[in-house]
Amino acid sequence: MGDADVRVLSLKNPPSAVGFAAAVGQKEYEGPLGSEFDLHDETGTFGMDTWEKSESEMQRLALNLALSRGKCDPASLEAVFAGDLMNQCTSSAYGLLGFGKPYFGLYGACSTFAEASMLASAMISAGYFQKAAAVSSSHFCSAERQFRFPLEYGGQRAPTAQWTATAAGALILCKEGKGPYITEVMPGVIVDKGINDINNMGAAMAPAAIDSLCTYFTETGKKPDDFDLILTGDLGLEGHAITLTLMKNQGFDMTRVYNDCGLLLYGKESQDVHCGGSGCGCSASVICGHILKGMASGKWKNVLYLATGALMSPNSLKQGAAIPGIAHLVHFSMDRSGENSDA
Amino acid sequence: MDFIFSLIKAFAVGGTICLIAQILIDKTAMTPARILVLYVSLGVILTGIGLYEPLVSFAGCGATTPLLGFGYSLAKGVRKAVDERGLIGALTGGLTGTAAGIAAAAFFGYLFALIFRGHPKK
Amino acid sequence: MNMDNNTYRKFVKARAPKSPLAKDCFHAFLVGGLICAFAQALLEGFLTLEMTEENAKTLVPVTLIFLAALCTGLGVFDDIAKFAGAGTLVPITGFANAVASPAIDDKSEGLVMGVGAQMFTIAGPVIVYGILTSVLYGFCYWIWGMLM
Repeated sequence: MGDADVRVLSLKNPPSAVGFAAAVGQKEYEGPLGSEFDLHDETGTFGMDTWEKSESEMQRLALNLALSRGKCDPASLEAVFAGDLMNQCTSSAYGLLGFGKPYFGLYGACSTFAEASMLASAMISAGYFQKAAAVSSSHFCSAERQFRFPLEYGGQRAPTAQWTATAAGALILCKEGKGPYITEVMPGVIVDKGINDINNMGAAMAPAAIDSLCTYFTETGKKPDDFDLILTGDLGLEGHAITLTLMKNQGFDMTRVYNDCGLLLYGKESQDVHCGGSGCGCSASVICGHILKGMASGKWKNVLYLATGALMSPNSLKQGAAIPGIAHLVHFSMDRSGENSDA
Repeated sequence: MDFIFSLIKAFAVGGTICLIAQILIDKTAMTPARILVLYVSLGVILTGIGLYEPLVSFAGCGATTPLLGFGYSLAKGVRKAVDERGLIGALTGGLTGTAAGIAAAAFFGYLFALIFRGHPKK
Repeated sequence: MNMDNNTYRKFVKARAPKSPLAKDCFHAFLVGGLICAFAQALLEGFLTLEMTEENAKTLVPVTLIFLAALCTGLGVFDDIAKFAGAGTLVPITGFANAVASPAIDDKSEGLVMGVGAQMFTIAGPVIVYGILTSVLYGFCYWIWGMLM
């Protein structure tokens, strides 16, 4: 504790993921992971009359489902860490209003789910909570309105553009459980390499991912091949390729184990999403709908999850400012000690 | 035959004006909004120096339908108003010349806003 | 990451996939041309009716604006535009779409502060700069008339 040079936090009492669920829109349901998601709405409205309310409702449904999947009494939940892409995090505030639980509203753009998981697990490990939830969401329609153009505006998307996922993921973490456990976390630093192209966010965020990965491998002495899967959140096609190439230049070959949530969520050619998915809900739904289920069923034992966020606003973009990126790291392991014994 | 020929002229000139804008979109960092602003201003200037009128007589709607034509209507309206009313026409003419287009856009836009709701993109 | 900003920017730019220029241009030319030819056909049609030439010429863009706003409401304009690019953006149809799409979208914020206030967020600059240049042109034209 208190060593300014060490960024990796090895949790003393690793909490267990006990319940997890994802709710998605139609396009995400039609993607390669479609059947693994717990709930989808083909209109994307989730029965609401505005897109902002739809997103809140999707987040509420995801948390409810995660609680019931984990057979958790909602009353036993002690805190919720949540965030989304909307101004002032309103999707989370309205979506979680009805739970009546202590609420931490977070903004980390697409990295929010890792930030929420990290803070929830650290608080549990430190003994402040027995049970806490990490939730995040994004909705294509509400995000498009806030960050880009009206839904019916006729424009062409750049080949490097990413698609904001309509998805929400919720994860219940508990002091006790059968795993998967969160054994290590590492908060990211803000990295800016001068990319100001909103249509190439993968390139804007990749340097943050590379910084976090290199720091983690250097501090822990681990190698990429110690993991069954290294998963960045939402770098998309471009960011994924940049990260792979530049990590190799740094001496870390991740070819065998590296994938990206934005690439997993959609079928690349058929769904016309250009460079893949993005948004807080993208990696949240992939982790809660696909990865944790796979870990619980024995498919993977050690997963390094690294959610990246692009920390710009519509005004900062108009002012020509470069897009700062951040990458928060969460190590999911089936082994509570966090040692990668079998790799 | 004249009818067919007028369509072909409109097609060729209108298509070319759009094609130039597409090259600007793909090859420069210009956003669509900037290109539209450029086109409308350029339309006023080209009309002012007498270069756009010949294109309109040649291609008809091929020259008036693209946003350059919006600039053409603005400039023509201003010129007519200045001729009739003097300097005050510089302020009144532009919007007079384009009144139908702006009013139609506002009216139909409002009307359809009442009827329809946005759809998620495919 | 031991790469300075400039090197990184160049690296990113060099590897990014490019827009398919030839295909985009062909689509823009085709659709833009067809819209203009359709406008011309409308004009010729209106002229056969009992209508002054000036009214016919006014009615053509009004019809196009109506159709573009309708397609926007039905949710098909953006699908055509994805194919056509500048082909639907540059004709008056793009202007109509730029007005109708925020109006439809922002209905959720109310009829005054939503539809009313947001309607010209995208098309506004076109009108502002159009008026600006036309006023300057009018002033120059007036001076020119004084001198002659």
